[in-house]
Order: sequence, then C-alpha cells, then structure tokens
Amino acid sequence: MSDVDKLIIALPSKGRMMDDSAAVFASAGLPITKSQSARGYQGDMPALPAVEVHYVSASEIAGRLRAGTVHLGITGEDLVEEASVERDGRVISARKLGFGQADVVVAVPAAWLDVNRMADLETMGVAFRRRHGRRVRVATKYLNITRRYFSREGVASYRIVESLGATEGAPAAGLAELIVDITSTGATLKANGLKILDDGVILHSEANLFISSAAPWPPALTATRDALLQRIAAR
Amino acid sequence: MPTLAESTAQFDRLEAQAHLLTAVFRAGGYELVAPAIIQPASLMLDVIGEDLRARTYVFPDQDGHELCLRPDLTVPTCRLYLERDPAAASTARLCYNGPAFRYRAVDARKGNPREFRQAGLEAFGLPDPESADAEIVSLTATAARAAGLKDFCLKIGDIGLFSALLDALAMPQRWRDRLRHQFWRPAAFRAELQRLTSAPDAAARRLPKDLVAALDPAKPRAALDIVANHLARAGHDQQGTRSLEEITEGLLAIVADARTKALPAGDAALIEAVAAVRAPASAAADHIAAAARRPGLDITAALDAFTRRLALLRAGGADLDAAEFSGDFGRKFEYYTGFVFELEAPDLGRNNPIAGGGRYDGLLETVGAPRRVPAVGAAIYTERLLQAQSGGLA
Repeated sequence: MSDVDKLIIALPSKGRMMDDSAAVFASAGLPITKSQSARGYQGDMPALPAVEVHYVSASEIAGRLRAGTVHLGITGEDLVEEASVERDGRVISARKLGFGQADVVVAVPAAWLDVNRMADLETMGVAFRRRHGRRVRVATKYLNITRRYFSREGVASYRIVESLGATEGAPAAGLAELIVDITSTGATLKANGLKILDDGVILHSEANLFISSAAPWPPALTATRDALLQRIAAR
Repeated sequence: MPTLAESTAQFDRLEAQAHLLTAVFRAGGYELVAPAIIQPASLMLDVIGEDLRARTYVFPDQDGHELCLRPDLTVPTCRLYLERDPAAASTARLCYNGPAFRYRAVDARKGNPREFRQAGLEAFGLPDPESADAEIVSLTATAARAAGLKDFCLKIGDIGLFSALLDALAMPQRWRDRLRHQFWRPAAFRAELQRLTSAPDAAARRLPKDLVAALDPAKPRAALDIVANHLARAGHDQQGTRSLEEITEGLLAIVADARTKALPAGDAALIEAVAAVRAPASAAADHIAAAARRPGLDITAALDAFTRRLALLRAGGADLDAAEFSGDFGRKFEYYTGFVFELEAPDLGRNNPIAGGGRYDGLLETVGAPRRVPAVGAAIYTERLLQAQSGGLA
C-alpha cells in the first residue's frame, strides 16, 4: 500500500518507453532510483521525496489514470484516447515528450484502387454488404478510437473485429477486410500489401506526461506536482 | 455504488405499468411474445451497427460463442417470427415487454438505466402500409394514455417522401442510393450533396489518369482485364475477401461519376428545402408540395400515401394540428425505411422520447428472411414513461 501523502507516477515497465521516460526525469534533474523493497516494481525520486514511482505495463497506465489510482503517468496518446468511450476530461495531457511517435491509421489493401478516402470506404461498405450479406470487417485493438473517427467521417457500414496482435496480417488471413492500427514508418503496412487512406490518419500519437483529474489532489501534492512539471518544462 | 433504477418500488410500478401497456396491445390483436434475452452476437451486431454495438454488452460463453445481452427487442422479435415462419409468408402482430441492456457512462445513467424495460409491438407482413403505420401509432398512444400519460406530442417524419423526391429528380441511381443511405447522418449527407453538385469527379482525380482514361463504364468485362493488368504492373497482390469484380465495379462507378454532369445546384437546394420543412402535421403535405413545386417534378404518389396515412392517424384519434412534422426527422437506427414517429412528453424535453418507432421493410431480410417483408413497429421506454407521470426527471 502507498501512503496517502505520496504523489504516484506510473511509468512504463519495460522497453524503449521505460528508458525514454527515465531519461526525461534524469534530464530534469529528477533521477529515479529503484526501490529495494518492491522487487523493481517501484522507484523513488530522491530530489522530490513525496514522489513514488510505479512501474506498470504500458497498456494499464491509461486505466489507472482514469481510475485515479495514480496521479501522473507517461504513456501514449493512443492508449489514453482508447481508454474511454467518450472524451470526459478525466485524463489531461501536461506535456508532449517527443518520443514514442506513431500514427493511428486506417489502412486497406493496396489493391483497392477504388478506395482512397473515408467517403469511398462507406460507398464500398454498402456495396460489400449487398454482395456478401454482411458488413465489411475492420480489425483493430482501437475500438473506441475507430468508432469515434468512423462516425465523425460518416462511415457506418462496417463492424469491428477485435485484434490483439499482428493486426496488419488480418486482411491477408481473411479475418477482416481492412484495419485500424498504429504505425511509425508505414513499412509494416506496405510489406503486408496495405495502404493508408488519404484522410486515414486518425491520430498523431506520442508519449505524453498525463495528469489524472480523478486522483485525490490535496494541496501538498498539487505543490509537488507543480514543482515537478516546472523542472521538466525547464529541462 | 452506482444507483440502479430497478429498486423494489420501481419494479412494482414497472410491473403494473407493463400490465396496462400489454393489455392495450393484446386488445388490439397483438400476441404477447418473449424473445430470448441472450442473443448471438454476430447477427445482432451485423444488423445494429457499431454505434449501438459500443453500448452493447458482448461476452463469450464457456463454449467460446460470442453472445450479447439484447440492446433492443426489435431484432430478437424479428428472429422469433422467422424461427416460426422461415419463409416469412405469414402476417404477424407481436408485442412484448421485457428487459434490454445498454452500457451508459455512470454520470448518464439517471433516467437511462443500463438495464431498462422496453414494451413494444411489431407488425410483420401487413399488406397495407399506411394502415399498418397508423395502427402502430394509435396503439402506442393508447397504451401510453392507459398507463396514465396525459400530455404528449406526436412527432412524425417520412423517409418515403424523401426517397420519392430523389426518384423524381434526374440523377444516376447510385447517387440516389448514396443520398438515401446518408440520410441518417446530416454532416455526411451535406458532404455528399456538396460533392455531387460541385465535384462528382473528386474520387476520379485520386486515381491514375491512364487508368481512368482506359476504363469504360459501358464495358465492364473489358474493365476487368484492364484493372487486373494495372494491379499486376503496380505489384499489388489481390488479397482478402474483396474480389477483382468488386474493385472494378467500384472503379467504374467512380469513372461514371466523373463523366456525369454535376447535380444542378437547384436540385440540391430543392432536396434541402424539403428536408427543412417543419410544420404541423395537418399542414405538412401543403408545405412539402410547395417546397417541391417545379414543372415536371412528380411526387404525387408519395404525397397521396402521406396524406392517406395522416387521415388514418386522425381517424385513430391523433390531433394533427398538435403533431409536428419534420422533413429530416432523425432516428438513431438506420434500419427505418419509411414512416417514423416519436412521442415526447413536455416534462422530459426533446431527445428523451417516451416512445418511438417506424417502418423498417428491409430489416427482416437482413435477419434472414428470403426477401423484403413489410414491417412496422414501436417501442415504449417504460422508465421514461414512469418519470413523465411523476413530473419530469427524478
């Protein structure tokens, strides 16, 4: 259990995101030391003793920010966007951090010469349903992001099939007709015979330092937070 | 803890109310049925679309089958009808009262519980559409009154009129289909109208010029080879479930659009004018006729059907001077194909209808009937009906 007077920051527990997050704090003069007691799942910030660092799987950080069980967290904008059905202000970006850049995109088989924009997608979806007797399938792990974007673009003739990995292979495997996925260079999509629609970039995502407005914010923690944000801004 | 609407007191009141509602439906010749609460997810989700799916409780069972708690009773009632009569040859008048389930954000649950009771009725296969439409409205209003609702407003719309207008204007059938399809989404509808009037070649301009030049919409067989060669040269493998014919068909439509004269601005203005008609139902036909007045433009048959339905509604007890007609009357489910209506209580305000329904001649086919079947129905939001009687939102 954590003390109630601690400011809890959730950081990615492995990979590039973990290293880059650590570097942000180190360059701000706030190096993190791993706690001895918690077998590597927690850390301290000696320069700000009120801070407690929790290492959490990247996919869980958005959920903890929304639940208010952590005060701050570093994770991708895509995961925060995806964590809620509607935008509700529970999680607020304090700062873009300049790493972890990737786009959430709508990609279709490159052979679909007749589909280049979202509006074409709807025309195709209607014809597809008439011919096949079912809706065209979109493979994605971004259910909420996909629904919001497709709805905004007037695309309704589709259905989502949830895909938790290797989404770019879904069209070739016959599991879906198109995908919504994250990509940094587009190379993987291309290698899988897919193209991004002209207006198919849904979100330019990168790692952000997020604030949970659902967490308890007594004055002491607000002061610690402001001190921390100031150091990062001045870095 | 989130408050659950189905407290014991509410349960008793809902039960009593359900008894009153279904008594009216049954007296009107409707058989009380109890469709399954747990539905196969794939059929349900394929029919209702992603917007509602986002609010549907979907889960796998121990056998790995994807199931859902019904978010609505219309589709389950269609399935029940088709299980009894797969040929969909019989007429049926069915009514129901039971729970349906939709996810709501915690803050939005007041007045919109995630587990709610829907009471409703559906008429399948009745040959006279206007008379069936009027019967459904009349029974819905009578049932609401029987349950104690004193004051409400009838709002109506008619997608059939809009369809007839598109049919009467000169344009390719696929443009009509597209506009009809986007009727439900005002922003997308305006974008489509804009594209057809200003740049029907917009999609073609995104294609390779030589490909556009080579394709002839009048020669679909030759087009197949042209497209196949183009794909081979570009190194794009054909992959997935969408065939070369489908891609070629899509391309030919784009090329045909580019070679079709843009929709005259006057036609678009006329479509918008009819969609913008708001009038008491009693005066609506005159307003629509005025908005659509132009030499050579004939929507008399649709207007006659509209007027006949109104006469039947009046005979069924509706006050047409108080009822509101709206040319773009919006419903949340795009399966409606003709007449649509809602009952609103003044205490609950707009966007919180007490009941709503309409004609959905395409739905049974989507659910598995061998062809289109005339169908019209309505549902009553029973929690709101209770609230309206206790003077507004609790």
